[in-house]
Amino acid sequence: MEVQKFSYDNRIPRLFAIATISWGVIGMLAGVLAAFQLAFPVMNLNTEYTTFGRVRPVHTNAVIFAFVGNAIFTAVYYSMPRLLKTPMWSKALSRIHFWGWQLIIVAAAVSLLMGYTTSKEYAELEWQLDIAITIIWVVFGINMMGTILTRRERHLYVAIWFYLASWVTVAMLHIVNSFELPVSFMKSYSWYAGVQDALVQWWYGHNAVAFFLTTPFLGMMYYFLPKAANRPIYSYRLSIIHFWSLIFIYIWAGPHHLLYTALPEWAQSLGTALSLMLLLPSWGGMLNGLFTLRGAWDKVREDPVLKFIVVAVICYGMATFEGPMLSLKNVNAISHYSDWTVAHVHIGALGWNGFLTFGMLYWLIPRLFNTKLYSTKLAGTHFLIGTFGIVLYAVPMYWAAFRTYFMMTAFTPEGQLQYQFIDVVQSVVPFYALRAIGGSIYLIGVLLMVYNLVKTARQGRFVESEEASAPPLLRGYKAPAKAHWHSKIERKPVMLLILSFIVVAIGGLIEMVPTFLVKENVPTIASVKPYTPLELQGRDIYIQEGCNNCHTQMIRPFRYEVARYGEYSKAGESVYDHPHLWGSKRTGPDLARVGGKYPDSWHFNHMLEPVSMAPGSVMPPYPWLFEKEINIGSTNSKIYAMRKLGVPYPEGYEAQAVKDLKQQATEITERLKKEKITIGSDKQIVALIAYLQRLGKDIKAATH
Amino acid sequence: MKFINYLEKISGVSIYPVISLVLFSALFIAVFIYAMKTSKESISEMENLPFDEFK
Repeated sequence: MEVQKFSYDNRIPRLFAIATISWGVIGMLAGVLAAFQLAFPVMNLNTEYTTFGRVRPVHTNAVIFAFVGNAIFTAVYYSMPRLLKTPMWSKALSRIHFWGWQLIIVAAAVSLLMGYTTSKEYAELEWQLDIAITIIWVVFGINMMGTILTRRERHLYVAIWFYLASWVTVAMLHIVNSFELPVSFMKSYSWYAGVQDALVQWWYGHNAVAFFLTTPFLGMMYYFLPKAANRPIYSYRLSIIHFWSLIFIYIWAGPHHLLYTALPEWAQSLGTALSLMLLLPSWGGMLNGLFTLRGAWDKVREDPVLKFIVVAVICYGMATFEGPMLSLKNVNAISHYSDWTVAHVHIGALGWNGFLTFGMLYWLIPRLFNTKLYSTKLAGTHFLIGTFGIVLYAVPMYWAAFRTYFMMTAFTPEGQLQYQFIDVVQSVVPFYALRAIGGSIYLIGVLLMVYNLVKTARQGRFVESEEASAPPLLRGYKAPAKAHWHSKIERKPVMLLILSFIVVAIGGLIEMVPTFLVKENVPTIASVKPYTPLELQGRDIYIQEGCNNCHTQMIRPFRYEVARYGEYSKAGESVYDHPHLWGSKRTGPDLARVGGKYPDSWHFNHMLEPVSMAPGSVMPPYPWLFEKEINIGSTNSKIYAMRKLGVPYPEGYEAQAVKDLKQQATEITERLKKEKITIGSDKQIVALIAYLQRLGKDIKAATH
Repeated sequence: MKFINYLEKISGVSIYPVISLVLFSALFIAVFIYAMKTSKESISEMENLPFDEFK
């Protein structure tokens, strides 16, 4: 048969690799800043652009979508052509994908720091960027499918299944979770409210971990581990089972982020059951990776690439053991809202994603530049420093989590809470400091890698493309008679794509449809009323400042929570919350029932100088809220949008809304005046006070 | 654009975990049988795909 000549392009993988390293450093730097801010509030630098509430989303988005995202694309653009014996389908699409993604990252960082956020975790970006992400993701998908359809290798290697399933699932998650109604150029409201919003959000959030941080990286493991060890994967059969069971189960597990919340009980149980089952395929994959090195462990001692990959796979095993454990309700009672979750995700992020990426880069860069690694010793040092950094990051966080739990749940013999929230904060601050040091050490290791890789690139010569040749695939191929049905799927990428989609869609549907359709699941409470225009504006300021990064609005039905924060939260209380603001981490106290707890003047002074009201607080001050004005002009479109989404503002209320807003603002400033505080009624702080004073009031009114 | 609640009650909700378990078991068994029945040659061909990029 005629053999065709073609070449593998190295320019796009190089671009993505450079982006991976650059964004990695920036994203981790943002993480280190955020970590130090929790220990030393002065690090908030007293500007609105650098407070924790805005830096933290920049850190998470940068690490997930910029660092890990670019690492995925490096791997795909390098391994896919080689596994399929064809160049990427379109050079133009590759370039659009690369530059489009980097532009989105820059726009994301700028807009998040400016306070444009939807508040939905790991999906904070506003609607234009959501659309841009969709377009670039489709470009990536077309390029991938084009490559697969023009391939010269009949069978699709397992890494490519993982890439394809990741692509289709991320597309589904992103689109479903991003349904939102634009209110203005930089503001939108989630289509969903309350429980439904929380369920969609954590279905998305959990599966962003699954299909952005895990499955593409398993694809990378299945390609780069055999390459680095120079031997095939331990069991290809196991990888088939691993793939299908993992993608089937993962999608169901989202509700374990909402245990003991107002999510219907049955959905919580379903999430727990499937999360436990998830342990098996996860460990199947981990063992498949580790067993690949059977009889070759001596290589691991010498080769930094293998060292990084082995520890990455072990961290994957640890995190995927811990995950199902955290889904048990009794364990979750301790871990939820605490630093345990933070430790858990960082075992995954620093260990699994970070180390696997470093392993790939140490293997790839010398090959792209046709040379040897500049310093194997330095890479070994990076490995040691990085491992130490992970340990120093995680251990204080676990410690802090248990300390928090024991202090939060302690009652005096008289039945009173033994500790104030601020006592707990004070006692974990030293752990925050240690964690920040751990993160910094990890970052120093990364800087060593940057130096090492730059030196490697300098000493070599970049290989723009590599020539190869292979016969084309013949049309009308007939499989041998004894071939199995699954081999047909492996030859038919479109079918594989569709089957993967069906497998992941089942779980999502069974979970979500009942919550959306059954009335009993979200009982309405007659006394719960829509927010006033001023409170609505205040809520958007709460979102703009990222308050939900540290404060929850979801009291769980435990004695120690009810005694501290008040009556536990009901699903019916957040039916008008587009989006929900339940939160996932309590660095500060829960705010679900803060309304009426303190006078307006307390909030005024507290927002201006938190330690004046709560000595020892690590909350940053928000002086700009006392200068910036409420965007009153947006009130009408906000009311209109909310009504479109189903919030029962009366028809034509817009004519009245601004008047009501001004009147309520004046009432607040009058009350403040009585306490000798003068502030213009058009300032943002007034709206924020109105919102905070509203929280939890509806239910209180009903019970008293 | 509001979701209308179509059903008043959800009864026998315990069926959901059972459905999920049955679905998963079916998928798992099918995949397991397939993986075990695949011939040695095709497995070895597939697992060596990362190594013959220039062949």
